[in-house]
Amino acid sequence: MLAPSSRNLRGASAMRREGSPFQGLGTVFVKELSDNISSVRMLVLELLILLTALAALYGAIDSLRQTTAEDPFLLLRLFTLAHEPLPSFVAILGFLIPLMAIGLGFDSVNSEHSRRTLSRILAQPIYRDALLMGKFLAGLTTLAVNLAALWLMVIGLGLIFLGVPPGGDEIARSLVFLVIAIFYAGVWLAMAMLLSILFRSPATAALVALGVWLFLTVLWPMLAPAFAQVIAPPDMRYTALGLDSPDTALWTQFLLRISPNELFGEAMQAILSPQTRTLGAVFLEQLRGAVMGAPLPLSESVMIAWPQTVGLIAGTIVLFVAGYVVFQRQEVRA
Amino acid sequence: MSDMQTNAAASPAGAVIVADSLTKRYGKAVAVDNISFALRKGEVFGLLGPNGAGKTTTILMLLGLTDISAGKVSVLGFDPARAPLKVKQRVGYLPDSVGFYDYLTAVENLAYTAKLMGLSLAERTQRIGDALLRVRLADVAHKRVATYSRGMRQRLGLAEILVKQAEIAILDEPTSGLDPQATLEFLQLIAELKAAGTTVMLSSHLLDQVQRVCDRVALFQAGRIVMMGTVAELAVQVLGAGFVVEVEAEGIGIARRLSTISGVTSVETVAADRFRMTAERDVRADAASAVVAVNGALRKLSVDEPSLEAIYARTFQPKSPGGVRDAA
Repeated sequence: MLAPSSRNLRGASAMRREGSPFQGLGTVFVKELSDNISSVRMLVLELLILLTALAALYGAIDSLRQTTAEDPFLLLRLFTLAHEPLPSFVAILGFLIPLMAIGLGFDSVNSEHSRRTLSRILAQPIYRDALLMGKFLAGLTTLAVNLAALWLMVIGLGLIFLGVPPGGDEIARSLVFLVIAIFYAGVWLAMAMLLSILFRSPATAALVALGVWLFLTVLWPMLAPAFAQVIAPPDMRYTALGLDSPDTALWTQFLLRISPNELFGEAMQAILSPQTRTLGAVFLEQLRGAVMGAPLPLSESVMIAWPQTVGLIAGTIVLFVAGYVVFQRQEVRA
Repeated sequence: MSDMQTNAAASPAGAVIVADSLTKRYGKAVAVDNISFALRKGEVFGLLGPNGAGKTTTILMLLGLTDISAGKVSVLGFDPARAPLKVKQRVGYLPDSVGFYDYLTAVENLAYTAKLMGLSLAERTQRIGDALLRVRLADVAHKRVATYSRGMRQRLGLAEILVKQAEIAILDEPTSGLDPQATLEFLQLIAELKAAGTTVMLSSHLLDQVQRVCDRVALFQAGRIVMMGTVAELAVQVLGAGFVVEVEAEGIGIARRLSTISGVTSVETVAADRFRMTAERDVRADAASAVVAVNGALRKLSVDEPSLEAIYARTFQPKSPGGVRDAA
């Protein structure tokens, strides 16, 4: 079976296939969505996120009420404020969104194999494209619905406990947060689905996915600086002054950004902390004329977060396409 | 049991499936090697052979579910590699040990595939109800499939083909793993499909079933079709004769007389009054008149229909000697 992209490229070739690759997409989407939403697994993950998020929000609200300053971005503080020992709401999401996405995706294709439903479904008048795309979109929609619910919860709790109506800029920023969070979830969902295509056993796929998740969120932040020091050894002149060498710092940041976790964290920092002027190393000309601590307009913040956002979107697409290519070439029989 | 259609070669004009030098290679290994066959509309065609002989691969190529390495296939006039949706819209497929979503009921499972077929809600409800009634699952229609036995799952798979109102039903090992009662019920359903005008292609390694329902069979061995035709034709080819008629009669010169009947290839004298003849056709009537003609007393006359079991055993014998003339 030929992928539709190559079909379009070589429209005149003899292997051109007929019919729409999207036939049946809606049916698969609705069925998978209802499976996702009604599954016990999803319920447990939702409860986990809800409880930890509530705890983080409670901590943030608590400290905000004590310090109630004339902060123009009170609502955004709810997302970013960490109250020891709890991390901030955004940090918790950065940690748990992957878990939720992996929970949705790790057995999406290989369970069809092991249940022996795959050949029966593909014997219906649909292309494989529709099955994979339907599953991915259903997963992404499930995650989006959950994230939107969490977003509403934050706004609602903010209104109730802080009593300050959020401004338009704050709502806009939190909506950008929602969109970036959905793509962050998309990266992990696409990765989990790729693994569910590569490995016939759901247990293997789940273990590998969790391994990648732990590696990128926990181990990589520790390993990246070490690798950076190997690639660009620290300059004696800087270390003597107790400073980081610029080359080492740049390499560290470059390596860290391989992890979608880092990209999500940086984008969130730019969007939810309006005074963020740059992510990573600051150059002198960037500070020229700047009023330190003054908030940037939303459009400027989005510009700062843009590369990270594009990185997340690109990661989602690349991983999905990889899974798609493998799935198209896979044999149907068990 | 099988009705003996003797014209061996199907005319491609009335054929619903035509495969022409079909080949499937996995790397260097050849799974299906240059096979050609044609299915007539309304017949039951059996693919027969040991596991790994290429039956399932052939089926997947017919449905466009796996690439064709070489050769041509046409299913209902469409090329499954290029127009798989049109083929799959009109061909029903029951995979080897079919699976369902266990947490859904039979009706929900069928509704999902019926939606994929593009049926409207009213049509779905109507067809699913009818199909479940026909495969005798109507009373458990709203139970979760997790509670179904193997035989019930197979019948549910057949119900899916009925919902599709498929012109061709392709069944891969439909009765393997079923108990005798369930097997019998399933064969009955296949017969009903045939009666309704559906062309059926089924693969199996269970011989007596194939013999019971198939009009024609193709014997697969290592990716090749080594033989194709009705069971009777194969019997003549492989065993040298199709029928074994046993005669128990007293009289003089019966053996000599019997051997003169046309179509009889050999007569063996088992006991003084018992003779075993092998013949290309059912020669009981001629045998009776032969016995009567020599004033013999006929006590018993029986016929063994040609058995696929014997044909199969003979064909797949490891390195059988070339001569297959000796009978029974």
